[in-house]
Amino acid sequence: MKSIKPLYLLLAVLTFLLVEGALYMAFLYAPTERTMGDVQRIFYFHVPSAWVAFLAFFVTCIASIAFLRTGKAAWDRLAASSAEIGVLFVSLVLITGPLWAKPVWTVYWTWDPRLTTSLVLWLIYVTYLMVRSYTADPQRGARFAAVFGIIGFLDVPVVYMSIRWWRTQHPAPVMGGGGGLAPEMFRTLMAGLLAFTVLYITLLLLSYRISTLQQKLQALEPSA
Amino acid sequence: MQNLNFLFAAYSLIWLALFLFLLRLAKKVSRLEQELRRFEDK
Repeated sequence: MKSIKPLYLLLAVLTFLLVEGALYMAFLYAPTERTMGDVQRIFYFHVPSAWVAFLAFFVTCIASIAFLRTGKAAWDRLAASSAEIGVLFVSLVLITGPLWAKPVWTVYWTWDPRLTTSLVLWLIYVTYLMVRSYTADPQRGARFAAVFGIIGFLDVPVVYMSIRWWRTQHPAPVMGGGGGLAPEMFRTLMAGLLAFTVLYITLLLLSYRISTLQQKLQALEPSA
Repeated sequence: MQNLNFLFAAYSLIWLALFLFLLRLAKKVSRLEQELRRFEDK
């Protein structure tokens, strides 16, 4: 219990420094976009939020497969911890996207394929968390959730590819298609991606620790 | 500077959500550690 604390401190300091750097770059280093103006700066944290959500659901999917194969509770705890963080970051995507869209598209929301599939992704993983909470038998709930976590991940490539598969208003991806970013903008985006990835790792470790402590307590309670 | 209110709202909401999430996790960890210590001391 004691040995893990310096790791949290190190990660917290690293996350803080990286986020500070990313904020500096987003507001002071990156140039103002010519047509959209300053509101385009939302992009530097909107895209990293989407990336972290995809990464979190990928971890949930892999951990769910491992849980179904091995039956080890640690994999189930990792899957649940990661899904919770994924839901937080998809929520941020669904909040910051409309705040960018209103001044650029003149509407907060439109039933565009990218927006709709992102909303479906959010609903899938909110349901995943609800399945875990409301199933009376925890073992059964974990198995249900694992299957849901694997199937739900199928929506991630659909969200990513929706821009290519369907006609959409959403801007093209920066990597592998869209391009056209000024070098300073690209570096700023990379700084945001790095900062949010480290933030995800920090949150995941903390969340995983909570579920481990909860399990320890549950094991102690009947004997107490 | 254009549409700064939207930019401000977006960044404020991001940091507010992250702060509240982190606060919730930190509170949970400390409560669970306390409970665990209580059990171990018994």
